Amino acid sequence: MSISFLFLCLLGLGAFSFLFGRRRIRGLTAMTGVKQHSRDVYHGSFVVICAVLLPLIILLAWSGLSPLLIDAMLEDFLRRQSPDLSIGEMGVLIAKVKAYFVGSLPEAFADELIRNGADYFAALVDYSTTARSFVVLLLSLCGAALGLRLLAPRFTARPAVERVFEIVMIVASAIAILTTIGIVLSLIFETLRFFDTVPVMEFLFGLSWSPQIAIREDQVGGSGSFGAIPLFAGTMMITFIAMLVAVPIGLMSAVYLSEYANPKLRGIAKPGIEILAGIPTVVYGFFAALMVAPFLRDSGAEIGLTLSSESALAAGLVMGIMIIPFISSLSDDVINAVPQTLRDGAAALGATQSETICQVVLPAALPGIVSAILLAMSRAIGETMIVVMAAGVAANLTANPFESVTTVTVQIVMLLVGDQEFDSAKTLAAFALGLVLFFITLLLNVLALYVVNRFKEQYD
Amino acid sequence: MTDYSDPDFRAARLKKRYQAEKRFRAYGMAAIITAGLILVFLLGSIIYSSLPAFSHHQVRLDINISEDYVVADAPEEGNYLGLVRAALRDHFPQVTGRRDKRALYKILSIGASDAVEDRVKNDPRLIGTQISLYVPLSDDIDLMLKGLIDRNLPESDRIVSDRDLAFVDKLAEENRIERKFAFALFTNGDSREPEMAGIKGALAGSLWTLLVTLIVSFPLGVLAAIYLEEVAPKNRFTALIEVNINNLAAVPSIVYGLLGLAVFINFFHLPRSAPLVGGLVLALMTLPRIIIPTRAAFAAIPPSIREAALGVGASRTQVIMHHVLPLAMPGILTGTIIGLAQAAGETAPLLMIGMMAFIVDVPTEVTAKATVLPAQIYMWANNPERAFVARTSAGIVVLLTLLLVVNAAAIYFRRRFEKRW
Amino acid sequence: MKMSESQKVKIKARNVTVHYGEARALHGIDLDLNANEVTALIGPSGCGKSTFLRCINRMNDVIDGCRVGGTVSIDEQNIYSDAVDVVELRARVGMVFQKPNPFPKSIYDNVAYGPRIHGMAPSRSELDHIVETSLKRAGLWDEVKDRLSASGTSLSGGQQQRLCIARAIAVNPDIVLMDEPCSALDPIATAVIEELMEELRRDYTIVIVTHSMQQAARISQRTAYFHLGDLVEHGQTQAIFTNPENQQTEAYISGKIG
Repeated sequence: MSISFLFLCLLGLGAFSFLFGRRRIRGLTAMTGVKQHSRDVYHGSFVVICAVLLPLIILLAWSGLSPLLIDAMLEDFLRRQSPDLSIGEMGVLIAKVKAYFVGSLPEAFADELIRNGADYFAALVDYSTTARSFVVLLLSLCGAALGLRLLAPRFTARPAVERVFEIVMIVASAIAILTTIGIVLSLIFETLRFFDTVPVMEFLFGLSWSPQIAIREDQVGGSGSFGAIPLFAGTMMITFIAMLVAVPIGLMSAVYLSEYANPKLRGIAKPGIEILAGIPTVVYGFFAALMVAPFLRDSGAEIGLTLSSESALAAGLVMGIMIIPFISSLSDDVINAVPQTLRDGAAALGATQSETICQVVLPAALPGIVSAILLAMSRAIGETMIVVMAAGVAANLTANPFESVTTVTVQIVMLLVGDQEFDSAKTLAAFALGLVLFFITLLLNVLALYVVNRFKEQYD
Repeated sequence: MTDYSDPDFRAARLKKRYQAEKRFRAYGMAAIITAGLILVFLLGSIIYSSLPAFSHHQVRLDINISEDYVVADAPEEGNYLGLVRAALRDHFPQVTGRRDKRALYKILSIGASDAVEDRVKNDPRLIGTQISLYVPLSDDIDLMLKGLIDRNLPESDRIVSDRDLAFVDKLAEENRIERKFAFALFTNGDSREPEMAGIKGALAGSLWTLLVTLIVSFPLGVLAAIYLEEVAPKNRFTALIEVNINNLAAVPSIVYGLLGLAVFINFFHLPRSAPLVGGLVLALMTLPRIIIPTRAAFAAIPPSIREAALGVGASRTQVIMHHVLPLAMPGILTGTIIGLAQAAGETAPLLMIGMMAFIVDVPTEVTAKATVLPAQIYMWANNPERAFVARTSAGIVVLLTLLLVVNAAAIYFRRRFEKRW
Repeated sequence: MKMSESQKVKIKARNVTVHYGEARALHGIDLDLNANEVTALIGPSGCGKSTFLRCINRMNDVIDGCRVGGTVSIDEQNIYSDAVDVVELRARVGMVFQKPNPFPKSIYDNVAYGPRIHGMAPSRSELDHIVETSLKRAGLWDEVKDRLSASGTSLSGGQQQRLCIARAIAVNPDIVLMDEPCSALDPIATAVIEELMEELRRDYTIVIVTHSMQQAARISQRTAYFHLGDLVEHGQTQAIFTNPENQQTEAYISGKIG
């Protein structure tokens, strides 16, 4: 039984348990005439918990851990068949066995060993899935039976259910922490392995980035160069261009919409800007690569400028467009949070509206606006699809926005997309870049929060 | 010396101040107009370039379904390509040379035989009869007929050769060519041939992935929000969780992809390219985006409601289940829909875990290899063939339409059910 | 209190009506306000007294959907005529609001803001002079002279309100409008500001909206009683409080309604 079908079965069993539990407690109460401690719903829910909770945990654990175990057993099996394979060769072999198993490896490429391995693998998978279904369903039925037996009018179902409910809630909240820990640990772990082969200083301050050479020879990390400065510079340049576009347009439209515009214009312009925010980044990437970049290149050629068709300018401009709604909606919020009394105060002194805005409203909203810009920068730095589609791949240390540059996110994608071994310096480098990205964006977010909290005026 | 009491000085100064006011207003208006033009240009150019993909030129062939190619006992083993080619040859008896014949075949799409195959499989009695059937032309011919390839260019500068032109013109003269709605775009999986490539597989992949995302992130998000807002004591642990959630919402999506790659694929050995893993990654990404609006929905409910319920003797769970949760539901659903819509448009983290495989079949399982609509768009955008530009734009139009519908639903929900206190 | 015939009429309102959208907030107010006097506008909430106050410096212009009819003349010039510029008008008619609203700038910049935008002080020393005299007249100078660069919002509520008064008089207006200036203040801060008003009366025409009968009686020379958008009674404060002509007025000041 597949995992989704098993999941559906559990849901069905849960629903039945609820109905049975409720019927049983009603029957029991009617029979004995004792006053119930908890209401019917709690008795029903108690049976559901008995029937579903443990099997669900086992289902998840089994599905998560069995591939691990099966792969280990497969490797063991293959190792016994041909003991003198290197670790790398073994990895390739396992990949081939699996490919043969799912049918994506043509018959002609399969040898005896692969066929045997695939058979063994198939048997293991089959065994594991059958056993999983059996164990999960059996446990669920037993749990339901046990729960039903426990029911009695004076049974304290409500505290029991509420206790489980609370534990589940705590676990759900802890997922957020687990995710952060997972991100940090997985990034740091792989990054440390990367620094075994490439020195930290070379990575952070090296001026040349060409990871491709590393995989050609067997000398892992020996010859590829992993100096990330060109990537940082490229990221900065594209982010800078994006901010040049987004900050004036976003800020000015927020100011105009909240201070000047009549409700009708607001009613049209605000949803319009929100539409910009809802467009997926892959669409912006397509727009940048196939519409903006050729347009810029052609119009550059008209006036005698040479623009790369993957110029930083095109990617930056479109990224700026993507950021506009972000800046404008955040600025809108902080501008609206400036109390009307301040505007009245300035107006009563005879300030014109623009004087009021520039000299009173915007300074009062400044912490919020700065924080919005920092958050927008963090967004731009972490943005991937636009640059993957519109910026370059070659690391190019230049200050010319007409040339092609590459960014941290582009390199992460380039290093990881496609099939590759997991242990090469090349793939590990992606995690090192990811760690840098994570920390820079984290820093910007924390800074943004700090600016708001530190400099914000309290209006009551 | 200038003086404030001098009326001329004051008038001049006032004039300058009003000019500054006008300028400032103009900047604001310019910003809005720029943003508006960008939106119009972006959507307009994509819609415009997608238009060719929604139709395709087809040619009506009189096909003799002879038993030489298909036998009634096993229609699935028939040589439908041969069938179609034979039919085409019948129209051009003068074409005899091997190379000429091959050129002739090339004006048809690879998918031409599929149309015949479907028809015959549905109705095996057709075997031995002659049918008249529209089959798709190749993408280059189609582009030329749509006017996207200029046929007046010298032969060396265009993909369609003079010989092909002659074939097509003859068919056109016989009124056999017609422009039809490109159902293939919606009913096919991916293909190397632009005219055969469709979004069905990617749509199914997106659905599976989002299903996993919804099942994981909605209950977890709502439970976490209830705990943090309604139940948890305000202590360091919950403060830590709060800061954490706010930071997670701002982590770049590609980092979630790295997490998925390291944890789900390399550690747990879950299958690559599977909606299960993609859905889990998106679920982790969506979780804070559900928790934050859900908490806001809870916080917007006045405490008096809770106190009233507690006052009549409800337990804390009952207060939550009977009062807080139902009242917050519109806000929760809106937040969830918007979070899922964002997840539906997400590409980068899914590239990390291999959800950009070339998938022809429609995935039927959460562990099957699959791709999602945005990743499909990305792959098509990388395709050098010209007809794929229109295909890509069409994919985008479909994606944007879906997102628009979903977001409109969210807005409707909010307007319809939101309570103001 | 003596009423001299020679007293000059500063503000003359004739048939002033105000609509907020469809709703009518003021129904034809006729009222003369004298120079160098404090006039108190009293009445129950929503009676239109604040609305009338805001007509005098055209602050109602800011509100969407608000229409003002009739004429308000200052020194015989209708301020609603096209010849009057609203920015210049507001430099002549200062306003102090219900809640102290110092700008989130330094104390110095708060006071200097008006003179700066109107170009009143071409040099720094003149600006310093204006700031100092304004703060002195508002009775705040001694408290803040050592920390002029501190934020205006760091002051206490009473100090903030005096800062707002200093800010209003820094542009040297003829008239100062006060919209319940003491309602957010404690009694001690209120007493300081009431004293200040008595001082300021010598140079300015003061119009104050207040909810406090005692305050109106203490500080004003004339009182106008508004009710539901109508001016019910107007006259010398003493007369109004001791011997009101109108029953409604009597009921209100004796605490029966309001």
